[in-house]
Amino acid sequence: MKADLIKEDELHILLIDVAQKYGYDFTEYSMASLKRRVNRLCLIDKHKSFAELRYRILNDEEYLSRFVEEITVNVTEMFRDPSFYKTIRETIIPELATHPHIKIWLAGCSTGEEVYSLSIVLHETGLLHKTLLYATDINPSVLEVAKQGIYAIGDMKLYSENYINSGGIKDFSTYYSAIYDHIKLIDELKLNTVFATHNLVADRSFNEFQLIICRNVLIYFNKDLQEKVLTLFDDSLENSAFLALGSKETIRFSDLESKYTQIGREKIWRKNC
Amino acid sequence: MEEKLLNKKIELLVIGGSAGSFDVLLQVIPKIKSDINFPIIIILHRKSNTPTSIAKIFSSKTNLPVIECEEKEILQPGTIYFSPPDYHLLVENDHSVSLDSSEKVNYSRPSIDVTFKNLADLYHENLAAILLSGANSDGAKGLFYIKRNNGITIVQDPAVAEIKFMPQQAINLFEVDHIFNIEEIINYINNINTTLN
Repeated sequence: MKADLIKEDELHILLIDVAQKYGYDFTEYSMASLKRRVNRLCLIDKHKSFAELRYRILNDEEYLSRFVEEITVNVTEMFRDPSFYKTIRETIIPELATHPHIKIWLAGCSTGEEVYSLSIVLHETGLLHKTLLYATDINPSVLEVAKQGIYAIGDMKLYSENYINSGGIKDFSTYYSAIYDHIKLIDELKLNTVFATHNLVADRSFNEFQLIICRNVLIYFNKDLQEKVLTLFDDSLENSAFLALGSKETIRFSDLESKYTQIGREKIWRKNC
Repeated sequence: MEEKLLNKKIELLVIGGSAGSFDVLLQVIPKIKSDINFPIIIILHRKSNTPTSIAKIFSSKTNLPVIECEEKEILQPGTIYFSPPDYHLLVENDHSVSLDSSEKVNYSRPSIDVTFKNLADLYHENLAAILLSGANSDGAKGLFYIKRNNGITIVQDPAVAEIKFMPQQAINLFEVDHIFNIEEIINYINNINTTLN
């Protein structure tokens, strides 16, 4: 185990460069994670010095894409935390069902596994046809994967178990067809889904929703940025709408706390009327 | 050098453990004195869908507050923090906790190596680390990194560990400062930052 190639003061310089040249602002990300990601990238890509990494990023736009892709975390799975999807299915869905049209925003959707998980729940509860689902991420390349809906067949055992533990009642394999070592999810699931880039740091609210899901994204932001993004969500939620976060994320200590009521033990809050 | 090492203040104790460590913690945690003046972080490998909260289990066995870490929790002296399952645990310069759900390291999330490295960079010689029983090599390299950053390194004596592989990996890799049985671990913790240590 080696000491970090990129020190924290150098990382700050690099982040300001990237923000100025490309408009990707990572300066308010949580430094401990970011430092680890950047140094991991240097190991993988065999950079020898800070100067070398900086030169490459500032002079090679394709490499910038790789940089963004690698320092943002894209680890996800279908029906991640099954109890969360059980609460969505049993508690949130009946509330959403009362609306003639449903608008949902899945922010930081990464490679799409959670988008399709939600679509399956909406499909099984008969709401998919009247739902518009916005799936956004900062990173265009993961959105391409999300749009395809093609995943490794080896993950299906876990996903199928998660699905059953979340209250799924069908044979999970009816949702995909296998092609060699991959599976393709049925197109019906993405019928009313819009995949689009959205940068939570820089972009504004673009609609009003009855449910916003943003899981394991805020953990990579510092407190100030978390507060800004929570305010963006608050501005994008109708009264009585729901906000769902990752299992260790909270709106405690934020301005939203007094305006929202937590639903049971899951990290789901309802905006007060 | 010796003089300097004797006088250094420990600002944080971190304990890493895997298979066979839960029982060690059940013996150690109830014996930790309630007036310790540093936080304790425990990185324990366990199943991600454990229904009972680990904080609840240990809270009933000690007067010290026991917390399963949430995002941006600020570390307090005299408090025991467990890493939540399925997240790496990192500490920021302001001593707040950042969780990270990125790729597994050494087939593990949380990874002991990830936290050990992060803490060594932050606390240097003011860090003490203990590596307990386990069947995984996670933690050995991180413990060596702590040693190179002048922290105190301790392993559970493989002879008494339920699964000796993990502490043995560290011993094979470098000269650890102490090889302790459970009684010695308890004594060590209770004498941190006192005149005896």
